[in-house]
Amino acid sequence: MALATAGTTTMNNVEAVRHTLYEALKADPKTLIMGEDVGARGNVFLITKGFLEEFGPERIIDTPLAEASIVGVAVGMAMEGLRPIAEIQFADFIYPAFNQIVGEAAKTRYRSNGDYTCPLVIRTPYGGGVRGALSHSVSIEALFYHVPGLKIVAPSFPADIKGLLNAAIDDPDPVMFLEHKKTYRLVKGEVPNGHYTIPIGKADVKVAGDALTVVSYGLYVHQAIEAAKQLAADGVSVEVIDLRSIRPMDKTTILESVRKTRKLLIIQEDNKFGGIGAEISAMVAEEAFFDLDAPIRRLAGPDVPAMGYAQTLEEEFMIPTSRMAATMREMVAF
Amino acid sequence: MAKAVESLAFERHGLSDEQLRWMLRNMHLQRTIDNRGFQLNRQGKIPFATGSEGHEGIHAGAALAFMRGKDVLVPYYRDAGLCIGVGMEPIDVLLGMFARGGERQGGRQFPSHFTHRAIGIMSFSSIIAAHCPHAAGAAYSMKYRKETGRAVLCCFGDGATSEGEWHESMNFSAVHNLPIVWLCENNEWAISTPREHQMAIKDVVQKAVGYGMRGSMCDGSDPIAVYQTVKDALDHARSGGGPTLVEAKCYRFLSHTTDDDDRTYRSREEVEKHRSLDPILRHERTLLDHGVITVQEIEALKKDVLREVNEITDRAEALPYPDPSQLYVNVYEGTHEPWR
Repeated sequence: MALATAGTTTMNNVEAVRHTLYEALKADPKTLIMGEDVGARGNVFLITKGFLEEFGPERIIDTPLAEASIVGVAVGMAMEGLRPIAEIQFADFIYPAFNQIVGEAAKTRYRSNGDYTCPLVIRTPYGGGVRGALSHSVSIEALFYHVPGLKIVAPSFPADIKGLLNAAIDDPDPVMFLEHKKTYRLVKGEVPNGHYTIPIGKADVKVAGDALTVVSYGLYVHQAIEAAKQLAADGVSVEVIDLRSIRPMDKTTILESVRKTRKLLIIQEDNKFGGIGAEISAMVAEEAFFDLDAPIRRLAGPDVPAMGYAQTLEEEFMIPTSRMAATMREMVAF
Repeated sequence: MAKAVESLAFERHGLSDEQLRWMLRNMHLQRTIDNRGFQLNRQGKIPFATGSEGHEGIHAGAALAFMRGKDVLVPYYRDAGLCIGVGMEPIDVLLGMFARGGERQGGRQFPSHFTHRAIGIMSFSSIIAAHCPHAAGAAYSMKYRKETGRAVLCCFGDGATSEGEWHESMNFSAVHNLPIVWLCENNEWAISTPREHQMAIKDVVQKAVGYGMRGSMCDGSDPIAVYQTVKDALDHARSGGGPTLVEAKCYRFLSHTTDDDDRTYRSREEVEKHRSLDPILRHERTLLDHGVITVQEIEALKKDVLREVNEITDRAEALPYPDPSQLYVNVYEGTHEPWR
């Protein structure tokens, strides 16, 4: 891990992404950004605003509206020695690129036995709670985390975003960088100055505790921390782990925590069936069954295709902090 | 018809006698290797093979137009002759068939799915047209680095031109005026699906106009015509002129692969009709008619090709399969700890 220079700057998550991309473009002429409306518009969340003027249209590419080739062309650039950062405007739009990510990027090194590599970053905003309806709210991580050859990170604190985005850009293999769009301007934090990386595959214990382990990522980490604070006010200490990296997954941190607290709750926005929590549950059941004092539980999105546009439908889909706190209390009391 | 062709002046487009004979050897070599693949499969020695019989004219012509050490080739699985033609060792084809060692392939991919970074052959999968955006990305990299004098040659069949990724790649390359040549080896068949079920136009090259791209067409059974057409397109690309869609018309003589049986969907009469236009016989005729080669030299060439193919077959077969531990290598950079 490279060390940051002294001092920090307060940023929200959008600013952390923007700042990190900007520094990467400044540092390495091999890096370039490509995607829909990343140039003149500066990305729909204004993450790349001003980049076109500073770095030019060769490095800030407003692509045709075609996701398969946004990723596919970036794969070719990566194979030929550039360091492309491809953007899918919303995670919901990534499906046309599925073949290029799963069939091509993830297998480039493997199928060529290392003759070619694919150092590619695919950034995309995901997640709900923003009235995004069926096609601007989804979580996509479970569709991709099954695939060896890919790395997937989903940090949700500004300092983690910077460290992991730097690591993703430096990484010699394809990395999907998932940004929860509701946290973009909601979450602020101190970001160390200077260049640093956080290793991909390392979870972070955001709140230490001994009565229950909660594993989450994305927006719900913030709600889980809030719920844990409510329990702490009653003298109950809950440990909250931010997964940060989904693949590779930090088995060690999860198992160490579960062996200490003896109880595990997984909270994810994505629906339950076959989701990230399913793998964590299975892994803990295989590795630490006799350390558990209570059944593993999962709080997850409902088993429906998507959250609706109506506020009532969206709220029904999303998990309120109060429900997280109530479930934590039930598990602690078990 | 044959007489009319013969009466035309011999246009060799600057190709030396040696190059013209090299083309013939490349064509015989790839056909002999092709046939060897089908034989080995029928003998139960290899599980699978693909062939490119009927494509030899395209491969020999395009290979000579390719600039070794400069250009990048993004082939598909019916390009063994082209890959050999640009410098890949012929034994690599046999290593692929036998799934034996070999540092680059390691017995992983299907036969005829080559990779050879050192000579600019990009790795590709079996997924039709999935390599086209990679070719555009490689061409973008050349342009981005201002590497004039280089271009990408990307090959695919007629079926590929139905894929969305193909359309997206054509479009991207035209928007960015990339140094690339898109070479369609139109053999009339996508496994069992004929051209008229694939597209409502007669010539693939008609698609070029929709992307604002140059298009050109040539007889894929004539390696000299292919050389001239592909060289013109590559020169155009290398000098900053942008992309060209080249359609080279040919015919797939064999079944799609050893697992296919083309008798279930096309007549023997149709296949025989096209076999009478065999690119190898045609090139031999041209060279004989113009004194570039003698019958005796052709016989010697064929004998030498067979000797070489026998020799590389034996060498490849004698090598061991990859060690099972190789399954876990090159998943990511460094040591991969599989999730268990």
